[in-house]
Amino acid sequence: MMGSENADVFEETNLNAAKEEMENLVLNGSDVNGDSSNSAYRSAMSTLSNVHDPLSPLPTVLTPADSDPLTAPSSYIEPPSYADVIFSPFDETSDSEINGGEDSSLSPDSLSRSPSSSSSDYIKITVSNPQKEQETSNSIVGGNTYITYQITTRTNLPDFGVSESSVRRRFRDVVTLADRLAESYRGFCIPPRPDKSVVESQVMQKQEFVEQRRVALEKYLRRLSAHPVIRKSDELKVFLQVQGKLPLPMSTDVASRMLDGAVKLPKQLFGEGGASAVPVHEVVQPARGGRDLLRLFKELRQSVSNDWGGSKPAVVEEDKEFLEKKEKMLDLEQQIINSSQQAESLVKAQQDMGETMGELGLAFIKLTKFENEEAVFNSQRTRATDMKNLATAAVKASRFYRELNSQTVKHLDTLHEYLGMMMAVQGAFADRSSALLTVQTLLSELSSLQARAEKLEAASSKVFGGDKSRIRKIEELKEAIKVTEDAKNVAIREYERIKDNNRSEVERLDGERRADFMNMMKGFVVNQVGYAEKISNVWAKAAEETSQYDREKQSS
Amino acid sequence: MQSPRSPSSQPYLSASVTDPVKLGNGVQAYISYRVITKTNLPEYQGPEKIVIRRYSDFVWLRDRLLDKYKGVFVPPLPEKSAVEKFRFSAEFIEMRRAALDIFVNRIASHPELQQSEDLRTFLQADEETMERFRFQETGIFNKKPADFMQMFRDVQSKVSDAVLGKEKPVEETTPEYEKLKHYIFELENHLAEAQKHAYRLVKRHRELGQSLLDFGKAVKLLGACEGEPTGKLFSDLGTKSELVSIKLQKEAQQVLMNFEEPLKDYVRYVQSIKATIAERATAFKQHCELAETTKLKEINLDKLMLTRSDKVGEAEIEYREMKAESEEATIRFERIVKRMNEEIVRFQEQKTEEMGVAFHQFAKGQARLANGIADAWRALLPKLEAASSA
Repeated sequence: MMGSENADVFEETNLNAAKEEMENLVLNGSDVNGDSSNSAYRSAMSTLSNVHDPLSPLPTVLTPADSDPLTAPSSYIEPPSYADVIFSPFDETSDSEINGGEDSSLSPDSLSRSPSSSSSDYIKITVSNPQKEQETSNSIVGGNTYITYQITTRTNLPDFGVSESSVRRRFRDVVTLADRLAESYRGFCIPPRPDKSVVESQVMQKQEFVEQRRVALEKYLRRLSAHPVIRKSDELKVFLQVQGKLPLPMSTDVASRMLDGAVKLPKQLFGEGGASAVPVHEVVQPARGGRDLLRLFKELRQSVSNDWGGSKPAVVEEDKEFLEKKEKMLDLEQQIINSSQQAESLVKAQQDMGETMGELGLAFIKLTKFENEEAVFNSQRTRATDMKNLATAAVKASRFYRELNSQTVKHLDTLHEYLGMMMAVQGAFADRSSALLTVQTLLSELSSLQARAEKLEAASSKVFGGDKSRIRKIEELKEAIKVTEDAKNVAIREYERIKDNNRSEVERLDGERRADFMNMMKGFVVNQVGYAEKISNVWAKAAEETSQYDREKQSS
Repeated sequence: MQSPRSPSSQPYLSASVTDPVKLGNGVQAYISYRVITKTNLPEYQGPEKIVIRRYSDFVWLRDRLLDKYKGVFVPPLPEKSAVEKFRFSAEFIEMRRAALDIFVNRIASHPELQQSEDLRTFLQADEETMERFRFQETGIFNKKPADFMQMFRDVQSKVSDAVLGKEKPVEETTPEYEKLKHYIFELENHLAEAQKHAYRLVKRHRELGQSLLDFGKAVKLLGACEGEPTGKLFSDLGTKSELVSIKLQKEAQQVLMNFEEPLKDYVRYVQSIKATIAERATAFKQHCELAETTKLKEINLDKLMLTRSDKVGEAEIEYREMKAESEEATIRFERIVKRMNEEIVRFQEQKTEEMGVAFHQFAKGQARLANGIADAWRALLPKLEAASSA
């Protein structure tokens, strides 16, 4: 008979049988014992299983606009029922969301919410097909293995040349891309790249990690391509289109950059004005090492002359408007963090509700089966029917809660997205601060050089006929002053440029954020309404089926 | 049964448990209830009577009924102990009151139990008398003469078992009764599981309510950071979220009282039936053993009569006494069987009715909740639509 080892299997098969029973019970309105009408059953089954899977395409039937009550023939204006609407915040791009194998996460497509951009612009990036590859190495043991991802781009943007391209990249390449963009687009709100950190293997299976990373990469690249300026950048184009090894210089350490850049210093300083159009070939070379070099060099000197262990000199920010804006942004970030956390709790609570409702339904299914099997009296059979009605409603409600939740996740994910964008804003502000620091550093350097020059001149003029060594020193200082003066001017131009970038970016972001948040709220609320209506219908039916037990009218 | 006062009216007996009041202080604090009886039965002192009772009085009544009406499924009582801090919360007190009300009414509408003298005492006696009765139960007078006899017989039956070489316990094994026992034991498991999930569902309502409350607060703060129109929209969203939260908390309480509690009551009832099954087993055992012992005494008597012993007289008396006892035991057992057969029918019908009511209320409550939630959120849509199309 049933040994204890078999008990678990028995339990499980029982449970599976009960679950199956549950499916049958839900679908066949009338009977418990499974003699269903076939065609209706099958079509109901397929619809139900589609609806059940949160990742599968959702039927977008009515949109609120379609059922405009003002154009309806009847004179009674009833608010449109949202029970038939499954709202997706990107209704226009809903077909692009429905792709097999793609993640169902929120993705800011190029179809911008702002009315100014043309809606025919299109760029779609997909990250897929992770594969293990091995580094070529001379050692016997062989090189490290790493994962590459296939990155496919489909676009009609003229800058890109080809409408479709596909490359293989590894995570290190993404880091490089991010670093290059950070350098080229100072002052811009650049979407932050996925974390480098590798999760402990105990915590996550390699497969899970790779999948998580794939999703994160896709999100990141899509965000980049959604940025009106960055999507046109050479760095991104190179990353997305150039086959083979990524021809962008990797982030190297400061020292070697200093050495590299020192030679190019004068050329860089007197190069083509600002950072606008840079020929592509320069992008792929160690560019701007000169500028960085100068800044870093000075800052290092400054901190050394101040104090060995001292921190970098603080930037003196006097722009009140900027400080206020920064303060506001910090506050906003805090509230987004908070809201995002509460959103997570909400999602969990909705999930739990759905789960428990389902378990309750299942328990009553079992009871129904039990009473029917053991029935001696008619009262038992009646009770079994009542239980079945309750169980059916509970199971249906449970499914709706879970569907509602997967939609809620999509909408409230906007909050998570903006956490990333707040980081981008911080980055933009940091660029501004560091540019200002460069200016201030150079100014102070300039004034100290001038002071020394004055001192030397004063001392030298006291010696009749001149002091050969002092005169030489003064000449050197004057040369240095000229160079520093020019550097200061470049730095000021850079600072102003970054300030402008900041301003326009923050403004752009504010507008986008407003639109995105409104969409989020709308989507969230429409879903809540729609599913509440569906759940209400389910229970109204069960109440109807048990209406013989209505005692409210009889209460004294 | 016609009442001499109003010959045309049907006999009725109804009671209600109302007005819980906290009395006493500190550790000694307890809740007292008003029990109002309305009846036209002649055994009662008038058409209406109000008395004050406390939980232990109900326990007394139940114990008396269990003792006197073996075989009847005496209605269960709500649990005695509760977590200390919860014991005097308004919800707990109300739930207990409702459960006690149901308890008394079930007894009053049970064809046998309603005739109980102890019930009359419970419904009519003044508080001092009631207290006296209650203390008697817990005193040394707890052991009734019947119990001593039982103890004696237990010893005796062990002896006769050994003498007769019987090892295994005596048990009733008819297929119908086996089926019933199996049903009851299985039912308890299924019901316990359903009740567990019902309780969890109450918690889920509360948790969802709490998370919506927190979410509402958070988005309000977020709205304060944003300019218009987003700021106002967030503020409205937050307010609605808080409103929905309240609805959920209210429904949680309803589900607890009208759905989870009836399920718990169902479980208690089944446990009470299990106790009755145990009583029946004891009665059966007694009936069997006394029958055996009587037979032995008869055999012994016959032997003595053959040998013309002078112990015959004594033996005859013993035999007659034992026979009487045995017949009593058989009657007791058969009464239990008869009662149980009637009770099981009543029980099934009663439970179908009560659970039907519970299901209906639950479904209605959930429908109302969902409608309320839909209405609340829907109110935001015009503004949201206007803002996003602007």
